[in-house]
Amino acid sequence: MPRRVAIVSTGQTKHRAKRLDVNIRELITEAVTRALEDADMSMKDIDAVMIGNMEPFEGFLFPELWAVEGWGGYLKPSVKFNTGGTVGTTTAIAAYYYVASGIYDVVLAIGFEKQSEGHTQTAITTVGDPIWERAIMAGAVGNFAVMASTYIHESGVTEEQAAKVAVKARRNACNNEYAHLQMPDITVEDVLKSRMLAYPVKLLDMCPQSDGACAVIFAEESRAKKLAVHPAWIKAVATAHEQQYMGDSPKRLAVMRSQIAASRRAYAYAGITNPRKELDVAEIYEVASFAELAMYENLGFCERGEGGKLIDAGVTEMTGELPVNPSGGVLSTNPIGATALIRVAEAALQVMGKAGKHQIDGVRTALATGYGGNAWTDVMILSRDL
Amino acid sequence: MTKKDDETQRVQYLLDIEYHYAAGELATRFFTELKEAGRIMGMRCPECQRVYLPPRPVCGICFRELEDWVPVSDEGVIVGCTVVHLPFIDPMTGEQRPVPYGFAIIRLDGASTSIYHFVDETDEKKLRVGQRVKAVFREQRTGSLHHDIKYFRLVGE
Repeated sequence: MPRRVAIVSTGQTKHRAKRLDVNIRELITEAVTRALEDADMSMKDIDAVMIGNMEPFEGFLFPELWAVEGWGGYLKPSVKFNTGGTVGTTTAIAAYYYVASGIYDVVLAIGFEKQSEGHTQTAITTVGDPIWERAIMAGAVGNFAVMASTYIHESGVTEEQAAKVAVKARRNACNNEYAHLQMPDITVEDVLKSRMLAYPVKLLDMCPQSDGACAVIFAEESRAKKLAVHPAWIKAVATAHEQQYMGDSPKRLAVMRSQIAASRRAYAYAGITNPRKELDVAEIYEVASFAELAMYENLGFCERGEGGKLIDAGVTEMTGELPVNPSGGVLSTNPIGATALIRVAEAALQVMGKAGKHQIDGVRTALATGYGGNAWTDVMILSRDL
Repeated sequence: MTKKDDETQRVQYLLDIEYHYAAGELATRFFTELKEAGRIMGMRCPECQRVYLPPRPVCGICFRELEDWVPVSDEGVIVGCTVVHLPFIDPMTGEQRPVPYGFAIIRLDGASTSIYHFVDETDEKKLRVGQRVKAVFREQRTGSLHHDIKYFRLVGE
């Protein structure tokens, strides 16, 4: 049996389009310092460091090296992760594995990206296999647009329903001091009238590019109980990978095979049979407005084809039955190597009752997901109860 | 604390890099057929009978080795599509690709999986899921999926 593991603290930077005031190492340090201070810890309390980032975006290898050494990481065990959109959840799940296995007691997970310093869309183009796919690649936008068209065809969702997701995200972000895009006055019409990037995906349907970092500390049971008043206990983790080429999955967004596989495995492990009723909040990796609606269906929040109705009914709003992304989500903040770890941190904050102005009342169970790479999914379920 | 907008000094770097990737045995055979005979070939799984395009050595679902090459049609159906308006760098040339252009996921008749390709249509009402398309080949072929097939055109409206 794995040991019981909890998240005891989190730290985030202020996320912005350009953090011109800091270099990458200073950016990471900002998040790590906040996570350590949050639990009144120092690097002496940390047994190992898991660190995640997508180096092709910045164009240089191991930008974190000085940072780890600078906090006292010299000779500490450390592993680097680089798995696209899922990098933050992969890093978190690795930290969980190390603690759950008994190898280390306290592990620090870090994710960071400074997109303003590189060429994100060019780097994303290199996700395409150079022999078969790269010539046609059009960054993340083109890929999401073709996937959205399949989803619209299958489910009948409308551009207006997708726009409601974009509005929800940017309004929720106003209650999150760390969020990048905070737009209190955004309307559905603003989204529909925003610049067409690749039909049907418009500028405000897409996530931004951000500079930012996130740090999360995982601890085994006895340490966790001392370090946090209400630790966020990890109830389940799951990862699932797709087949290798983009056209292998028959319906992409409409039927997300990796999301179905990973979420159902995690629900089974956590004893969840009705995710909409049993989850109190979800922080999901929705890179585009249409993707969030598709994810409602693939994560089992509603029946197939009902994603649009869920947003229409307000189920996933702050005041709804299952709030999705009270933090503002990826649509508001997207430093890629940190993005999925922010989902984990935000889910943990909700469970710990420390989410401040975007806290949902009475959260006991929370879901965090990562999505990316080639349609890969990571899932983590957190609980207030041991 | 986050300092606001007190910019630190920046250092500029330019990279101009060329890469050369080995296509491997299966892709080389595929490209030879495409170049010399204008034929598109997939590989069939002996267990689930899926016909894979692009060809690959193993069916990831059945975990069976693939050996049988089967021709697939140069016609198929759109399973996902878009008209791209946002200018991107063309990874093959390093130049900006002219916009708008049609871009689709296409399942060719006889194949179980799909490929991404250009479509010679930028009208969002005509470029739609379920629309049938046909490959338009170049006269001068070099052994490249996205060069030798110039684009797909709409058929049988």
